[in-house]
Formats: sequence, C-alpha cells, structure tokens
Amino acid sequence: MTEAATGHNKRRIINLVMTSLTAICAVFATSVLLIIIGFIAYQGISSISWEFLTDTPKPVGEGGGIGNAIVGSAMMTLLAAAIGLPVGIAAGVYLAEFGKNWYGNTIRFIADTLIGVPSIIIGIFIYTVVVMPMGRQSGLAGGLALAIIMIPIVARTTEEMINLVPNSMREGALALGAPQWRVSWNIVLPAAMSGIATGAMLAIARITGETAPLLFTALNSRFYNFYYDQPMSSLTVQIYNFATGPFEVEHAMAWAATLLLVGFILFINIIVRYLTRKKY
Amino acid sequence: MAQSSTLGDKVYRTILFVAASSILLIVAAIFYMMVQSSMPTLQRFGIGFLWAREWNPSQELFGALPFIYGTVISSLLALLIAVPISLGIAVFLVEQAPKKIAKPIAFMIELLAAIPSVVYGLWGIFVLAPFIREYLGPVLQDNLGFLPIFQGRLTGIGMLTGGIILAIMITPIVTAVVRDVLEAVPNTQREAALALGATKWETTMIVLGNAASGIAGAVVLGLGRAVGETMAVTMVIGNSPQISASLFEPAYTIASVLAANFADATDEIYLSALIEMALVLFLVTVVINGLAKLLIMSVAGRANASKHT
Repeated sequence: MTEAATGHNKRRIINLVMTSLTAICAVFATSVLLIIIGFIAYQGISSISWEFLTDTPKPVGEGGGIGNAIVGSAMMTLLAAAIGLPVGIAAGVYLAEFGKNWYGNTIRFIADTLIGVPSIIIGIFIYTVVVMPMGRQSGLAGGLALAIIMIPIVARTTEEMINLVPNSMREGALALGAPQWRVSWNIVLPAAMSGIATGAMLAIARITGETAPLLFTALNSRFYNFYYDQPMSSLTVQIYNFATGPFEVEHAMAWAATLLLVGFILFINIIVRYLTRKKY
Repeated sequence: MAQSSTLGDKVYRTILFVAASSILLIVAAIFYMMVQSSMPTLQRFGIGFLWAREWNPSQELFGALPFIYGTVISSLLALLIAVPISLGIAVFLVEQAPKKIAKPIAFMIELLAAIPSVVYGLWGIFVLAPFIREYLGPVLQDNLGFLPIFQGRLTGIGMLTGGIILAIMITPIVTAVVRDVLEAVPNTQREAALALGATKWETTMIVLGNAASGIAGAVVLGLGRAVGETMAVTMVIGNSPQISASLFEPAYTIASVLAANFADATDEIYLSALIEMALVLFLVTVVINGLAKLLIMSVAGRANASKHT
C-alpha cells in the first residue's frame, strides 16, 4: 500500500515538474521576443529624426540618414510585388483549379522546395543571369531576386485560400452556363481575395526584411537613386553595413534603421492577424 | 467539362499554366546556372573539393571542408538548444495552457519568425556576443573548462554565438510544426490514457510517441533552416575558415562565406569555388526539406505539411 502511495506521489511530482518546465519554455521564448523588441526600441528611438529619415549617409560624424535606403527598399519591393504577385497568384489559381494531377503535384512540390531554398542562393542565381550580363549591380537585379522569393510563397497561400472557397459556388455558376474562366475569375477569385491579399501582405513584409539576396545583386548606393539600372541602397543592406562598421555613430544608425524596419514588419503581421482573426 | 473547349477557357488556362510552370523553370534554371558556373572548380579539383582543408583564394587553394564543418556544427548546436525548448513550448500550447493564454503566446512566438535575419545579427553583435563574453562564457569555462569545446579565448564572436542565434531563429518554425502535429493527434488517445489513470504528463508522453515521425519532420525542417540561415550567422560567427574543437573560436559556414565574399570575388576560379559551395548548399537544403515534408505529412496530412515548407 505504502509502496503504491509513494509510486503515486512520484508520478505526481514528475507530472508537476514537467508541466512547469514546458511553461518555462514558453515564458522563455516570449521573453526573448520582448527583450529583442524592447532593446531595438530603446536603442533606436533616440536617433530617429527628420534628417535621419530623409538625408543620405554622410561621412562618419557629420550626421546623415537613410532616406535613400528607404526609397531603394520601397522601389525594389514594388518591382518584386509587380512581378511576384501576378505570377504567384496565377500559379496559385492554376494549382487550386487545375492542379489535381501529376503536373500540379510536381509544381506544388517544386514550389515548396523553392520556398525552402536559402535566399542567398537566389541572389547568386540572379548574379549569374542578370548582374554578369549587365556588367553591374542594379535595383532591377535586386527586385528580380525578391520577386523569385515571393512567387512560390504567394502561389501556395493563394492555392490554400482558393481551396477554402466552397465548391457549391463554382457549381452554381457553372450550372448557370458560365464558362470556367469566368467562374474562376469573377466568382472564385473575388471570394478568396481577402485571404490572398493578407497572404500578399505577409509576403511583402517578408521580402522587405531580406538582406542576403541583395548584397551582391543591388549592392548599395550612397545617393538617392531612382533608376532601376543602377546599384540601389536598401534598409537591410544599410543595417548590415552600419552594424559591421567600426563606428559608434553608425551602430546607433543601425539600431534606428532596424526600429523602422521591424516596426513596419510587425505592423503588417499584427494587422494581418487582426483582420483574419475570425477565420482562425 | 464541355465548357473547357471555349476560347476564353483555353486562353485563361494557358496563362495560368505558364505562371505555374515558371516555378519549375526557375528551379531548373537555378540548378543549371549553378552547375554551369561551378564547372571551373568542378573540373580542376573534382570531388576532393569537398574535403580539402585549405582555403586561400590568393593562392588559388580552395577547400570546402572548414565551411562544411562550420555549417554542420553550428546547425547541430542550434538543434540541440532549440528542439527541447520548441517541444516544451508546443506541448505547453497544445496540451496544457488554456486557450486564452495559448493564443497570445503562439502569436508572439510566430512574430519571432517574422523578424529579419539581419536584425538578429545586429542583436547578436551588440547584445548576445557581449553577454557570452562577460557572463555565459566565463561560467562555462569555470565549470566545464576541462572540456576542449569550452577552452580558448573568449571574444564573444564564434561558433557558440552563431549556434545560439540560429537556435532562437529556428525555434518558432519547429514550435509551429510540432504544434500542428500534436493537434493532429486524435483526442480519443488522450481521453483513453486519462481514463486509465495516467497523469497529464504520462498522457503527453503517449501523444508525443504517436506523433514521433511528425516531430522528427519538424526537427529536420529546423535543420534545413539552420543550414541556410545567412545574415545573422555571418555577423556573429567570426568568419574564419578554421576547424577548431572550441566553440568559442570563430568559424565560417557555407552561407556566411557566400555573403561575406561573393561581392569581392572577381577571379573566375574564386567565383566558381563559391558557386560550387552554393550548389552544395542548394542540393542539401532541397534534400532536407523534401525529407521533412515527407515526415510531417505522415502525421499531419497534406495541409499542414504544405503550410510550413
């Protein structure tokens, strides 16, 4: 009897210890997030000024800012979205509407593979097919690299969102004699649009944070550059250069630029989550 | 369907088909261009490139071993730290926490995945590296200093810092997949175990056992991410092509050597050596991700596997 009782106690203690340990893991991980974000806000806020947001980098000690990097990031993200969204959404529609065969399965698998490929590999690919023939780094090359990162992500989220559209809607429209492309374009796509849009926003947030594929495709520029055929600055590459430089002033600017970037990315993530919260 | 014969359908379907096929084309082009561009080193050094230890571009000595070593050790270190913590979080979220607590915690951990790699690198340089140099490193050396892995000079920059940063970065993805896998285990299993008098933890162990292959998939997926992570590692691992037993010594990974040197590589043979390493990284991540997908699918079904790969 006593042996059974101590066995029971031992099991209860193990239970208590293990459940506490898992809770500690969760608290630990959330603390890491809060510490990182808190540190970014604390370090970054003091360097943010109008000059910082609009000026170009100056020699160390003379102030300057990251206006050109903000414009460069925006321009490359825009180019990537202009290519990546239509192609990605069209590919997603194909997978959802016509992709229930071997070819669709192959594309689906290849898309997932491409999502898992490190982004620096995409950068090297663009280097060999765009930068080397053009003879120089450019915003075009950077934007194309980001577009390639976007396409499979957008395609897979689009497919998932279209799969959520009830089949009865398709059948209803088809029964009324609508051709398949009209059903897909005028009925299914609008129904899935809000989901596709949130997926697109997340993909845009994701590529705005990419650095590796821009290092040697877009390179960097110390000046405002509005031409896609010239090297282009970006927030992320600017942060990398500031952070790895030797000067305190540059480190402070790296934190401020990071605050801007992380603020933007977290803002989009939280908005998307807020908009889709009913669905999950 | 009879409608598919109309012109509009044909045009529409062709446009979609071309868009979908572009994904296939991109991956094929990546593979082709990389093989093509790494031909000079492939022909000159052959397969021995992979285990040659010397790396000295100015003397045209190219060996990938230090980078392969750095990639493998830093990734394993990351898994060693991240997997138990991720399992703990996932078990807490699925098996223990009330929905009200679980939801915001899950959301916050997902936000960790949204923070860009370069930001982790910045944080690593200015927060984590000093912390390891001043606090964690001395503690490890005082207590476990007899182990070769904890010997050597403490600079804060090196293999250990790289591994810890990687661990933080892969924790959200491993957690998310384990969570999905655990949620896919039918509730009847838990009810049966509890009804037989098992404690909550004993029940959890049974659930974990039944989800084992999916959890293995999550771990493999985490490995795939760790192997390919670039910016954060480049910023904290020290970028020195050496093979050292000490975790405090600087190291180099395949991804970080690419990030740090590609822009400066002007020689054809140097460029070719870097691209050959990129090719290795490409093939390794493709195999790892494919394997992860198969393992996760075996438990959680198609939908969940596709969500995270």
